[in-house]
Amino acid sequence: MSYEPFFISFKLAALTAFILFCLALPLAWYLSQTKSRIKPFLEALTALPIVLPPSVLGFYLLWALSYNSPIGHFFEESFDIKLVFSFTGLVVASCFYSLPFMVQPLQNGFESINKNMLEASYIAGKSRLQTIFSVALPNMKPAVITAIIITFAHTVGEFGVVLMVGGSIPGETKVASVAIYEMVENMDYTIAHIYSAIMVGISFIVLLSVYLFNARQNRRFGL
Amino acid sequence: MIEFDIHKRLHGAQGKMPLHITLTIKEGDFVALSGKSGSGKTTLLRIFAGLEDATGRIKVHNKVWLGVNRSLPVQKREIGFVFQDYALFENMSVEKNLLFVNNDKKLAQHLLELTELNELKERYPSSLSGGQKQRVSICRALMKRPKILLLDEPLSALDPAMRTKLQNELLLLHKEFGTTTIMVSHDPSEIYRLANRVIVLENGCIINDGSPKEILVRTQGSQKFSFEGELLEIKKIDVIYVAIVAIGQQLVEVVVSSDEAKNLQIGDSINLSTKAFVPLISQT
Repeated sequence: MSYEPFFISFKLAALTAFILFCLALPLAWYLSQTKSRIKPFLEALTALPIVLPPSVLGFYLLWALSYNSPIGHFFEESFDIKLVFSFTGLVVASCFYSLPFMVQPLQNGFESINKNMLEASYIAGKSRLQTIFSVALPNMKPAVITAIIITFAHTVGEFGVVLMVGGSIPGETKVASVAIYEMVENMDYTIAHIYSAIMVGISFIVLLSVYLFNARQNRRFGL
Repeated sequence: MIEFDIHKRLHGAQGKMPLHITLTIKEGDFVALSGKSGSGKTTLLRIFAGLEDATGRIKVHNKVWLGVNRSLPVQKREIGFVFQDYALFENMSVEKNLLFVNNDKKLAQHLLELTELNELKERYPSSLSGGQKQRVSICRALMKRPKILLLDEPLSALDPAMRTKLQNELLLLHKEFGTTTIMVSHDPSEIYRLANRVIVLENGCIINDGSPKEILVRTQGSQKFSFEGELLEIKKIDVIYVAIVAIGQQLVEVVVSSDEAKNLQIGDSINLSTKAFVPLISQT
């Protein structure tokens, strides 16, 4: 029995969480501060992956990233990067799939910060970037932790999109969830049981740690 | 010299309201902004600070802060701002709150000593009382040695004893730092003690502008004592009527004639004044 699918799952989840944090931070900040009329449209667009069937998202991504589409063509011709049936493709797909799970907690976190505190920082002569990193983020640690961990966990738990965009290439795109699906298909129930139990255990520990951390933070700040 | 000529459309409680203020303020003045809530006081302060946009012109010491197609960003306006809710940086200790604004340890030390906060400099804002938080907030506003200090109802959430103490500190700091100070306040005694000019706003316009004595001392003609209050109750006791009136935090009983009693309604805002008598003053 190989644990490789788990390593691929966690590598994928860690990379996705890191990349999404960098990409979602400016978006979440913008959404939390803007009064623009396009805000609801952007919010709806970012929330789409929550409601869409993974097959729909997977289908569009497959269509957009394959060699026959301009995007896939460009990446393969210019950088020699294959975006479908490869690990890179999985990362790109996961970033779309998990986007709302990073953006929404961060946006809520930014919105919960006292506006006057941010303004006090501007008045002190600090730029927006300095204010985000020195004042906003340190005062919303629970939101940051929640965003990162939930994105990580959600990426570990994805199945449909991964299967469609990544296929099931052993050692490259065969993540844990796909591996379990194959075990069941092959009626290899013993290994399916072991893999599934590991997934349940790890997911529970991850979620428990988030809730424990947030409870401790709330106690510390007397909330 | 600070020159002000601004317009802005506000969405007030009674629908749309234009804010139109023309004003000049002398350097070193302590100006109190007064008026009912929703009259535009806080907005005026925020426009001045650059936290809200407006059309018009703001000129400070011959430098244009707001002009046609030009608005100096809030970061570049040399102001200190004290928020009503303190708005301290919760993730920083008292001392760090000050040093974040300007890394001048000597000045921070000096301000903390002036305001008797030195013992608390390692503490975090969540463990401070309201009065302590507001003092930190005032110190923080002075860390850049601003020429202009803006205070938005800085003491309204504090109890009377703490208010008096902080009023003295504010006056001390205003003099020591030589700032031009603009303070939003509703408290006449506070305004009288601190300010040398009062500006009263109503519905986005200045309706009164003068010295605190001219504007706040409400006696006319030969009146000696004059108070504004709210009528709480009228009781008939034997043949006379007694009105209970709330003046500020105090309740008083006044005898009224039956004619007067007929014309008064509970909840009325009334003026209570007397002429020609000798008040007794004694210490409490």
